[in-house]
Amino acid sequence: MKQAGGWLWRLSLANLLFLYGPIALLILFSFNASRLSATWQGWTWQWYRALWVNQALLDATANSLWVAAVSTVLALFLGVGLAVGLDSLSGRRQRQIEQAMLLPLVIPEVMMGVSLLLFFVLLQIPLSLMTVMMGHALFNVPVVVIIVRARLKKLDPRLMEVAADLGATYWNTLRYVTIPLLRPAILGAGLMAFTISLDDFIVTYFTAGPGATTLPLKVYSMIKSGMSPEINALSALFVIVSMCLIGLSLLVQRR
Amino acid sequence: MNSSPPAGRAESSRPVASWWLLGPGLLWMGLLFVVPLSLVLVISFAERGTYGGIVWSFSLTNYLDLLHPLYARILGQSILLAAVTTVLCLIMGFPLAYYIARTTPRRQGILLLLVMIPFWTNFLVRTYAWMFILRTEGLLNTLLLKLGVIATPIELLYSNTAVVIGLVYGYLPFMVLPLYVALEQVDRTLVEAAWDLYATRWAILWRIIVPLARPGIMAGCLLVFIPSLGAFLTPDLLGGARSMMVGNLIQHEFLVARDWPLGAAISCLLMLFVMGMMRWLLHATTSHSRQEDAS
Repeated sequence: MKQAGGWLWRLSLANLLFLYGPIALLILFSFNASRLSATWQGWTWQWYRALWVNQALLDATANSLWVAAVSTVLALFLGVGLAVGLDSLSGRRQRQIEQAMLLPLVIPEVMMGVSLLLFFVLLQIPLSLMTVMMGHALFNVPVVVIIVRARLKKLDPRLMEVAADLGATYWNTLRYVTIPLLRPAILGAGLMAFTISLDDFIVTYFTAGPGATTLPLKVYSMIKSGMSPEINALSALFVIVSMCLIGLSLLVQRR
Repeated sequence: MNSSPPAGRAESSRPVASWWLLGPGLLWMGLLFVVPLSLVLVISFAERGTYGGIVWSFSLTNYLDLLHPLYARILGQSILLAAVTTVLCLIMGFPLAYYIARTTPRRQGILLLLVMIPFWTNFLVRTYAWMFILRTEGLLNTLLLKLGVIATPIELLYSNTAVVIGLVYGYLPFMVLPLYVALEQVDRTLVEAAWDLYATRWAILWRIIVPLARPGIMAGCLLVFIPSLGAFLTPDLLGGARSMMVGNLIQHEFLVARDWPLGAAISCLLMLFVMGMMRWLLHATTSHSRQEDAS
């Protein structure tokens, strides 16, 4: 099958080119000196410098980081509890909850956005950065549960049994045995959740009130009001930062 | 520390302790996922007030309104665009998934990472990259003009074609990963045996690999179809006035037209569709594996 291997490789390469080409071009052209045309007119840092002095953008970045940090901590707290707690349920219950956890990840995000909007408005909770954080912690809990559970299933159950046999209480086993063993997964899940929160547009779009502008909302409004090389620079930064965070998360989980 | 507690203590404190662990998470998901979605369902039977508020009543008006040709067209178009996206992803993703499944473990790891990374990077920015390429003064037109392929720029952006390109771009990894998992499990010796028996390449593909990888193919198709069907950003940024999809319609009813009950009814329809497909997939894949266990 040597021959087949050759064109399979070429098709795969074409796929990867399709996945990375547009991002690469965007990053390249964020250094283009020309303001309007898509022809190359030399290197410049100008657009990046313009971002640095844009106060609205810096505020949006601060909002985004704040939302991502709080929602990640919340999602880790709730998600690790769920992942560990699920172990002591019967197999059938466990599977039911695990399957239900997938639901927030597969339903169209617009639905999650409008349902949260409806919920907050009917309960008369004013839309703000706090409602955005709640929304982000909602879609990040399943992410944490899935990553931590995958690790938990690989752990040797005898380690926990030994701790119990040696007289450790449930809480002590958890604190001194299970959680330390889960640390790479928890760290990886946290980085993943942080990135997803940083990147999220749709849920944020529906749950953010006036003044609660995050970076993706800002990028969206910039795109809607017309193309500019500053958007290229901002997008390039965005892609690079989230790729680094995701790469880091996957690396940490391998440990 | 506690020297010798009764042996049963750790065991007996377990059920209570686990509810302390599970409780907050379950409560959170119930409050912010189950309750809001139930509210959407309830609201879908209410009526719109004169000034955009909600009049609590029970009526099927919203669902009957959805039969209007205008909405039916948008629903039909969404299904069509999502279906085209799914087929394209399958055609493009299959060779890549197959290659990854057959290559050396080291390459496997690198390639899987390469497939996964774009899917975790900002969707908005990735969609914007295509705007940058496809627009009238964009990269593609500039290139084609320079090469003399076209004399005047072609309108690529703001069309259904652009929407499909954006959707395929966004959801291709969703197809490749489950396909890879399924193809990886296909027994190589079966393929070799068929090869030895002079089966053609097509026969091997259609009669051995595809049937064995069926659960993965179905999972991949669904994982692409569902988010494509409910897409909002891609049609919003890359589509034209006539490329509206269900996700845009829901957003429009909620944020622009302020007809929340109608928006809720559309959401429920979409949800019903998604749940139905999920159930079908779970059923189809589990019954498939049961068959395998039995034989």
